[in-house]
Amino acid sequence: MHWIDYFRPATLEACLEAFAEHGASARALAGGTDLLVQMRAGRLANNVVVDVKAVPELNEIRYDPGNGLTLGAAVPCYRIYGDPTVRREYPALIDSVSMIGGTQIQGRASVGGNLCNASPSADAVPPLIALGATCRVASVAGEREIPVEDFCTAPGKNALGEREVLVSLNLPVPSPGSGACYLRFIPRNEMDIAVAGAGVSVRLANGRFDSGRVALAAVAATPLLVPEAGAALSGQPVGRAAIAAAAAAAKASARPISDMRGTAEYRSNLCEVLTRRALETAVERAGGTLG
Amino acid sequence: MSTSTLEPKSTSAAPAGKSGNGAPRRDSYEPNMVLATQTFDVVGTRPVRHDGADKVTGRALYGADLALAGTLHGAILRSPHAHARIRSVDTSKAEQMDGVHAVVTADDLPEAEDKLVDVGEGDTRLSYVHGNVLARGKVLYQGHAVAAVAARNQHVALEAANAIVVDYEPLPSYMTAPEAMAADAELLHSDLRMKEFGEQTDKPSNVAEHFHWTAGDVAEGFAGSDVVVERTFDTATVHQGYIEPHNVTALWNHDGRLHIWCSTQGAFVVRDVTSKILEVPVSNIKVTPMEIGGGFGGKIPVYMEPVAALLSRKTGRPVKLVMSREDVFTGTGPTPGSHVRVKVGATADGKIQALEATLAYEAGAYPGSFVAPGGMCVFAAYDCANLSVDCYDVVVNKPSSAAYRAPGATQAAFAAEQVIDEVASKLGLDPVDFRLRNAAKEGTRRADGPKYRRIGCEEVLQAVRDHPHYAAPLAGPNQGRGVAVGFWFNVGLESSCTLNVNTDGTVHLVEGSTDIGGTRTSIAMQAAEVLGIAAEEILPEVVDTDSVGFTSVTGGSRTTFATGWAAHDAAQKIVAEMRARAAKLWSVEADQVQHAKGMYSSNGNSIGFRDLAALSSKTGGPVSATATVKPRGVGGSFAANIVDVEVDPETGKVEILRFTAVQDVGKAVHPSYVEGQMQGGSTQGIGWALNEEYFMGADGTMENSSLLDYRMPTALDLPMIDTCIVEVANPGHPFGVRGVGEANIVPPPAAIANAIHRAVGARMQRLPMSPPAVWAEVAES
Repeated sequence: MHWIDYFRPATLEACLEAFAEHGASARALAGGTDLLVQMRAGRLANNVVVDVKAVPELNEIRYDPGNGLTLGAAVPCYRIYGDPTVRREYPALIDSVSMIGGTQIQGRASVGGNLCNASPSADAVPPLIALGATCRVASVAGEREIPVEDFCTAPGKNALGEREVLVSLNLPVPSPGSGACYLRFIPRNEMDIAVAGAGVSVRLANGRFDSGRVALAAVAATPLLVPEAGAALSGQPVGRAAIAAAAAAAKASARPISDMRGTAEYRSNLCEVLTRRALETAVERAGGTLG
Repeated sequence: MSTSTLEPKSTSAAPAGKSGNGAPRRDSYEPNMVLATQTFDVVGTRPVRHDGADKVTGRALYGADLALAGTLHGAILRSPHAHARIRSVDTSKAEQMDGVHAVVTADDLPEAEDKLVDVGEGDTRLSYVHGNVLARGKVLYQGHAVAAVAARNQHVALEAANAIVVDYEPLPSYMTAPEAMAADAELLHSDLRMKEFGEQTDKPSNVAEHFHWTAGDVAEGFAGSDVVVERTFDTATVHQGYIEPHNVTALWNHDGRLHIWCSTQGAFVVRDVTSKILEVPVSNIKVTPMEIGGGFGGKIPVYMEPVAALLSRKTGRPVKLVMSREDVFTGTGPTPGSHVRVKVGATADGKIQALEATLAYEAGAYPGSFVAPGGMCVFAAYDCANLSVDCYDVVVNKPSSAAYRAPGATQAAFAAEQVIDEVASKLGLDPVDFRLRNAAKEGTRRADGPKYRRIGCEEVLQAVRDHPHYAAPLAGPNQGRGVAVGFWFNVGLESSCTLNVNTDGTVHLVEGSTDIGGTRTSIAMQAAEVLGIAAEEILPEVVDTDSVGFTSVTGGSRTTFATGWAAHDAAQKIVAEMRARAAKLWSVEADQVQHAKGMYSSNGNSIGFRDLAALSSKTGGPVSATATVKPRGVGGSFAANIVDVEVDPETGKVEILRFTAVQDVGKAVHPSYVEGQMQGGSTQGIGWALNEEYFMGADGTMENSSLLDYRMPTALDLPMIDTCIVEVANPGHPFGVRGVGEANIVPPPAAIANAIHRAVGARMQRLPMSPPAVWAEVAES
């Protein structure tokens, strides 16, 4: 029989000490929607579980017009889409947290957990990258900040050290004229892992794309930022030509594999289709028109 | 809606009124086409189901709920290889683990005698059943059971199962019929010899059997055709997908009596097959069927029952085994993948001249793929003098296939109905009109020989043609409408039923048919109709094998038909007895007592069923009757679909916009449950069409053995499925009933394929028609 120790620290300090003590044998438990499944399947060898749902810093959701959104790593999806301010300011984040799992899963699953699980197909990650979000990471030794696009390092692997904890995410204040969107493709209309996904953000000024960011899901070993797609937009007139160029760049950057969820060729095609469609919605949300 | 009426409509006798919550009660229905001339009081109404309260409050007891005192929990070790020789099995480490009570392997089973055994819907060799329960010498598929453990709890059992050391010598594996049929393929069974045209040959082969049916002269028929279309189709292995995993608790008592509780479609099959495997008399085995969470044919085979029994005999304790979803996918079912070639020829005036098909189905590890019924059904809807059908039953390294709702017919229809559609299109004919011009009718000879009695193929096609859906405009680009028709049989087999009249005027109905689709109620309604009392006054119960006469499986769309018939016959015996009781009251002869609608009368005296029942003690004691049946007069059923789809050509995703299921049901005893069967079969057909498949890795193992990646449709993937009941009474049944449970799964994949073709021009020759497959086909066309 396999025994597991369970801790539920009430402060960030106690939480960091637990990880300092148990290191690689400890796993953080937020919603548990990935962790418990993996433990039951025997895929993890941890014997310590640290429940982070009582740590205030990991459970706050706070919008500040100066600094943007602070999103505690353990905040579940339903609190995010239930927050009117977040709904108004970050519709692309709402896109993803509304499609992760079903209603019951959304009651537990967190964006921070989705990021730490480091699945290439994670739905929450591309919109975070597109929105320029950063990670606040802490350990007993101190704190550091990591851009979300650098956080995942391989399937199931992330940039956290053995003693480190993801405390929160920071999403910058959306600038005027900006819009963002996340789209994924699944064969059914519910209950599926993304075959491919595209998270995009644009900033429009004077009928042109001032800037753009495009990130893809499920077409590389990690969620993928595609700078070439952003570059294809910058400075171009708002319209279908620039969007097509960005979509083509996204397709060209994708490095998908063939598996039970789709062939590499099909996934590459989806990158183009989803990037185009997501950019069209983002432009609309930014108040632009495609003509 | 009502399309046409050939005879006076039946009237519903359900009381009008309101249900408790104030919503209008659905108390009548309008069948679309009624050929039955009889009218009924109970049959054809919609009473609340007898087991409804237990089901909706969660009180119904399923096998996994059972917790006998002292129960040990088991786990089964399954093969990680698709095909391998077992060099050795070392259970010593597992046996020594703390909390482990027993370990069994195939060595604990008696040697299988070489004889045939009835496994529910036909005979198979006992050695195959043995081999599938616990592998001996070889494993033939990933998931093949090799050994089992009974332990203090499930965690210990799982750890112990993983501590069993099996030395495997991997062998080449074959996943499809064409691969296994190749000349250089290694034999799965060294002793398998092909059976051909009904004769045993001495040819060693992975082809277990080759069937061939022919009529007329197909070469001449094709020569005389203006249009000939020939195509080849492949379908993936799919699973029945019942929500409740297999489970069993067995207690082998010290007096030699074995009691089994399990989830099964046939308690007597479990009893009889377990008896043969363990060499225990049937009289020593009692099987209690628990509630069943779906079966669709997949809960006819015996898997874990003999294993749990062996573990119980070794430990002297009850032993419970419950499968995980992965066990269900890799160790049970599925339905065969197929490789089917169809050729159809017709003249310019729309008459089919020749029909030809070759079907090769994957039986899985042991023979028995239901390819023969596929061959019987492939052209069942058509009247053509020149026919040729070849069927090959091929063993491959996948789980031993099991029946799945109209087994074999859906794969066949996917091929035939697409070719038929293409011929109609090439002739410039409406696809429904073309089918109607060639529709099978009474007297048409099916490919395998029999002539149809009264069937409803034409009436179903007429209902499709006249349905408002068929004339409704489509709303946009990339949309298309498809139709298809399919057939499935109805079997009789054997059923028993006992009625016990209570002194308060209610009647306990005792039967042995697992209730999968509301059959407690549809059987009770037939007794109520004869007795002239309300359906609610019959109290049906499905009991264990010691408590009712032999009853065959719930399968072959037979339960409402056959066990309902036994209830009908038992009720007639009760009526005869009640007439005798009334005669005694009034001192007249029984034949002077008339019975109508529950009232017994003679010479101005009359008494109702309830009052007469209350007097039973004074008129001769308890009133009870039993009837057993082995009915003939089976009524096969035709079903058709109209389906509208929209295809996203950029992603290949198919959305079902509108779906209408039409079916000849003979007589809808309980129309709500008939509609439920039609919607359920349609839903499974849609899943089979669009996304479901065993995704096999290069090593022959299943990569998607979870409900996340084995994609059955969810509620969000389906439109409301509209139903259109056609009633062409089966003259062979007292109430005109046909089997309704299965034919509805046959047409959906073909109808959807035809709709996709009309939407985007792609001809889908492979199932599933998943987004990547449709996208690739659209890109090519």
